[in-house]
Amino acid sequence: MTAVAVPGGLGRHALAALRRNRAAVVSACLLGLIVVLVIAGPWLSPHDYYETDFDRILAPPSLAGGHLFGTDDLGRDLFVRTLAGGRISLAVGVVATAVSLLIGVAWGAVAGYLGGRIDHLMMRVVDILYAMPFMFFVILLMVVFGRNILLIFVAIGAVNWLDMARIVRGQTLSLRQQEFVEAAEATGVSTFSILRRHIVPNLLGVVVVYATLTIPQVILVESFLSFLGLGVQEPMSSWGSLVQQGSRLMETAPWMLVFPGLFLATTLFCFNFLGDGLRDALDPRDRPR
Amino acid sequence: MSVLSVTNLDVTFETAAGPVAAVRDLRFRLDARETLGIVGESGSGKSQSVLAIMGLLAENGRAEGSVKLDGEEILNRPAAEMNRVRGRRIAMVFQDPMTSLNPHVTVGRQLARVLMEHRGRSYKDALKEVEQMLDAVRLPAAGRRLSSYPHEFSGGMRQRVMIAGALLCRPEVLIADEPTTALDVTVQASILALLRELRDAFGTALILITHDLGVVAGNCDQVIVMQDGQRREEGATAEIFASPRDPYTRQLLAAVPRLDERTPLRPALAADGADALLEVRDLSVRFPLPRQQLFARREYFRAVEDADLTLAPAETLGVVGESGCGKSSLARAVLRLLPVTEGTVALLGRPLDRLDRAQMRAVRRDLQLVFQDPLGSLDPRMPIGEIVAEPLTVHERGLRRAERRERVAAMLERVGLGPETLSRYPHELSGGQCQRAGIARALVTRPRLLICDEAVSALDVSVQAGIIDLLLSLQQEMGLGILFIAHDLAVVRRVSHRVMVMYLGRVVERNRAGDLYARPRHPYTRALLDAVPVPDPAVERRRAPPPAARDLPVPWNPPAGCAYRTRCPWAVERCAAEQPPLRSVGGGEVACHRAEELDLSLATLVTRPLTKPGESAAEDR
Repeated sequence: MTAVAVPGGLGRHALAALRRNRAAVVSACLLGLIVVLVIAGPWLSPHDYYETDFDRILAPPSLAGGHLFGTDDLGRDLFVRTLAGGRISLAVGVVATAVSLLIGVAWGAVAGYLGGRIDHLMMRVVDILYAMPFMFFVILLMVVFGRNILLIFVAIGAVNWLDMARIVRGQTLSLRQQEFVEAAEATGVSTFSILRRHIVPNLLGVVVVYATLTIPQVILVESFLSFLGLGVQEPMSSWGSLVQQGSRLMETAPWMLVFPGLFLATTLFCFNFLGDGLRDALDPRDRPR
Repeated sequence: MSVLSVTNLDVTFETAAGPVAAVRDLRFRLDARETLGIVGESGSGKSQSVLAIMGLLAENGRAEGSVKLDGEEILNRPAAEMNRVRGRRIAMVFQDPMTSLNPHVTVGRQLARVLMEHRGRSYKDALKEVEQMLDAVRLPAAGRRLSSYPHEFSGGMRQRVMIAGALLCRPEVLIADEPTTALDVTVQASILALLRELRDAFGTALILITHDLGVVAGNCDQVIVMQDGQRREEGATAEIFASPRDPYTRQLLAAVPRLDERTPLRPALAADGADALLEVRDLSVRFPLPRQQLFARREYFRAVEDADLTLAPAETLGVVGESGCGKSSLARAVLRLLPVTEGTVALLGRPLDRLDRAQMRAVRRDLQLVFQDPLGSLDPRMPIGEIVAEPLTVHERGLRRAERRERVAAMLERVGLGPETLSRYPHELSGGQCQRAGIARALVTRPRLLICDEAVSALDVSVQAGIIDLLLSLQQEMGLGILFIAHDLAVVRRVSHRVMVMYLGRVVERNRAGDLYARPRHPYTRALLDAVPVPDPAVERRRAPPPAARDLPVPWNPPAGCAYRTRCPWAVERCAAEQPPLRSVGGGEVACHRAEELDLSLATLVTRPLTKPGESAAEDR
């Protein structure tokens, strides 16, 4: 490192630190692979996710039969269905988490930092939203706006940010007590800048870990909604709905459970490892010198 | 035979960067009723050596050598065996009495547990013994306090409870690791006196670990001076202080600021009638407390009451007092980080009260603050370069990036940090370096007023001396007015032109530093000065035992009249009836009805005990 260079912020350091973490790097690569497969796979496959092969109903996986992962009880190609389902699951997971992250961090940090009446007011809003039964809320949305995959994003995001806001607020309350925040106030740094430069970066560790826990949770919630008939509708699929279907035929056609389950589990593991790695990488104190 | 004999004790830690030697070849012998002081700065291995003796090293630590307790080897014994030694034969008192007690269990139950475990007593018998022991450590109304929880005690009382707990099994050896570092000087003095007394009463051998040479001078028979895990010097206390052989010991002794003439005073500032830099009038800071009942009258926590002060450019005003006396609140109110309830603050003749947010922000350029915790006051996720540049990004927006970097690098160099520091993170620097960075951040905008809130309290003495010199030279250079808040009277004496003493939110005395220390006029000032340990065994031995320190009365319910009267040995009826105003007496200002008649000058320091005749050790609320 050159002597006088002020480094370009946390990003570059964090990336370098992340690269040293083997589990995180492997997870990132695997996730990348899954994303590419999920996006490109359905185009490359000769089958469509809704197309029924009446000759091969519940066919086991075989290369020769043309169905790599086998078929389901309606004779649909499981390979394509799994990848197409991955699109939905990943999209729900990432988008809903991103939404909850954005709203939750902003809401929690502002409430925690400003404190007093504003904090009270903002947290009571959170409490009121908490008190709404989730299922009722989703059904209401469906009734009013009709069935739409976008509504699932909205519904899940709208509920998940509440947890995030609470966690972030708690962290902010303790951060606000720290002398470096007081130092910034004494210097005359504006409230917004303190939030942006001092509070939010120091929240990242917790936020990242919570976000990586949220993604799997959201994917599971989506599958639950689909199971109730409120989420993804046939013939569309998602990992959650595929696992649900597979679990019913676990004894006769185990592949129907194994392949979507494998993708789901791998993705969840990868997110967790990546989250741990990110948390460590974002904290300069944990970095080996 | 010695109670405890340690030979060739080595402590090594396995770290990612290879083995690190924490202690090398430690050896000492300790007899009953004897006190050994282990002194050293942070990182000297003083704590690790006793943790090794106790068998409490961290996972990656390894101890070698020999530790014999009554001739029996106890080093590296299995945990089950050590559990019978720890607490029963060797006991330990830690620095922080709050974290050493379980907050959810009553004190009586907690201590009784020790006896039930080690001595097989029934709960009832154990409780009885605990009560006796709490009485022995001078806990007032010990019987009633058995059912109190730790948070209901003050810091000093909690430390007494810890000492009681350590002595319950009548251990042969008591190890006290910085037992008074977290306490006020007056409380420290009484805790140390208590330790001496109990040592003699119970025939315990005492190991006192400390960074404070003053504490060693008055309490220890032999001393080991440690640095980087090595013994630098050892021997009888009187000898080491009289003729230190090792250069490190000499350097350490020289670095300790002293209350007597050996530490130079700063020459008084020429009163040239210049405009005051800072002028505070009748400042009060009160916080509303939650109502006890729905319609009860609201009570206020009176952090600061009617404080006045003026500060000239290039002048240092020291502010001293025990914790809770309002000195930090005063500083924060001046900076408007706390709301001012009453009174005015004016900077360069300009009142700050009526400024709106934007105007106040602009004024902050001239008002800066240096904090107590060197690491905690720097954002852990920012490199030093960015931290120091922050005030510039707020107050000199026009600056180009390269100019800003130049200013920051120049400022860092001025405080003694090289350009490589720019890209370092706070945790990569030592405490002293962090504090230098904190000073650089405070001064990079060239402010007029600097408030140092316990700015050197968390630092080792040798580092402290460097930071003080830096502050003084920067003050000369920039004409800075400094409000220097500290609990360490010796440090304040070293840096201040004038000193102000606060008690329960009120200013009780203010004078030129030389006069205040030589001839205190308020009994509280005198009590503070009496409690400061002096790094000279001869002086310490001649000193009268300190009066039992009583805790501060609570600031939301101060005693009527003079707030200090409950602790004052000279209090008369008038003190209870009338609040003494701050008035001029013999060149200084003092808030005491009897200021003229009392002779509190330091010449009487070692000859006249400050205890009121017949006063018992009643203390606490």
